[in-house]
Amino acid sequence: MPVHLENEATLVAEAKEGNAEAFTVLVNQYERNIFRLALNITSNKEDAEDVLQESFLKAYTNLGRFQGNSRFYTWLVRIAVNESLMKLRKRRSDRQVSLDEKLETEDDGLLPREIVDWGDNPEQRYAKTEWQEILAEATQTLEPAFRTVFTLRDVEQLSTEETAEALGLSVPAVKSRLLRARLKLRQRLNKYFK
Amino acid sequence: MNCKGVVRELSDFLDGELAPDLLKELEQHIQKCKNCRLVVDTTRKTIEIYCDAEPLPLPEGVHQRLQQALANKLGRQPS
Repeated sequence: MPVHLENEATLVAEAKEGNAEAFTVLVNQYERNIFRLALNITSNKEDAEDVLQESFLKAYTNLGRFQGNSRFYTWLVRIAVNESLMKLRKRRSDRQVSLDEKLETEDDGLLPREIVDWGDNPEQRYAKTEWQEILAEATQTLEPAFRTVFTLRDVEQLSTEETAEALGLSVPAVKSRLLRARLKLRQRLNKYFK
Repeated sequence: MNCKGVVRELSDFLDGELAPDLLKELEQHIQKCKNCRLVVDTTRKTIEIYCDAEPLPLPEGVHQRLQQALANKLGRQPS
C-alpha cells in the first residue's frame, strides 16, 4: 500500500493552482503503484506504461473536477482502472472483456481441494525478485474480473466500497469476486509451499 | 456451521466484518476442523503476502518517459 502523503491535500490544492512542482511530488509518490496496478490488470508492460502516462495526464487535466471527497490516490486509481480496462478491451477485442459479465457465482468448486500447511514464513524460501515474479504470475492466472477486484482490494488496499465505486460494481459483487480470487490465489501458491 | 459455510464466510471473517453470531459459529468450527483451520490460515497468509509486497522499481526509462510526457503537457522541463 502506498504511504499517503501527509500534505496530500495541500499538494493537490497547489497543483490545482497550476503549481507543476506540487503535481510532480504526487506523481513521484504514486507512479510505482499505478504502474503495478496497470500491469496487474493489463498483463502487458507496454500497455501498463501507456496507462501510467495517460492516467497522470488525465489526472492533471481534470484536477479541477477533483472535489476532495475521496483521497486523491483513490481518485487516481479510478482513472488508472478505467484506462487499464480500455487497454484490456482493445487488446482482446475478439473476446469482449467486461467486469459486468456473468461469472460463476455458485458455491460449487469453492471448497479447497488441496489443504497443506505452509508454515510461518513461506515467502522466505525465495529470493525477493523470484518471489515477486511468483506473485505476479499467480495473479495473471485469474480472470480479469477477479484479478481487478483483488488488485484494488488486497494489493492497493482500497475498501470494499471504494473498490465497488471504482469498478461500477455492487458491494456484494465485489465481495463474491474477492472471495473467489483469494481462494484461487491460495490454491496457486500452494505448490510453492509444499 | 459446516465446512462450506466457513468458505462462504471466509472473506468477511478475514476482513473482520463477520456478524457476531456467525463469528462465534465459525470460530467453533475451525477449533475442531483442522482442514478449515488450514484454509483460513493459508488464505490469511495469501492476503498478507500481497498486502506486504512493495511495488518493484519502474522498469528502466519508464520514469523518464513519464516525466517527459508530463513536461510536454505542463510546458516545462522534466524534473
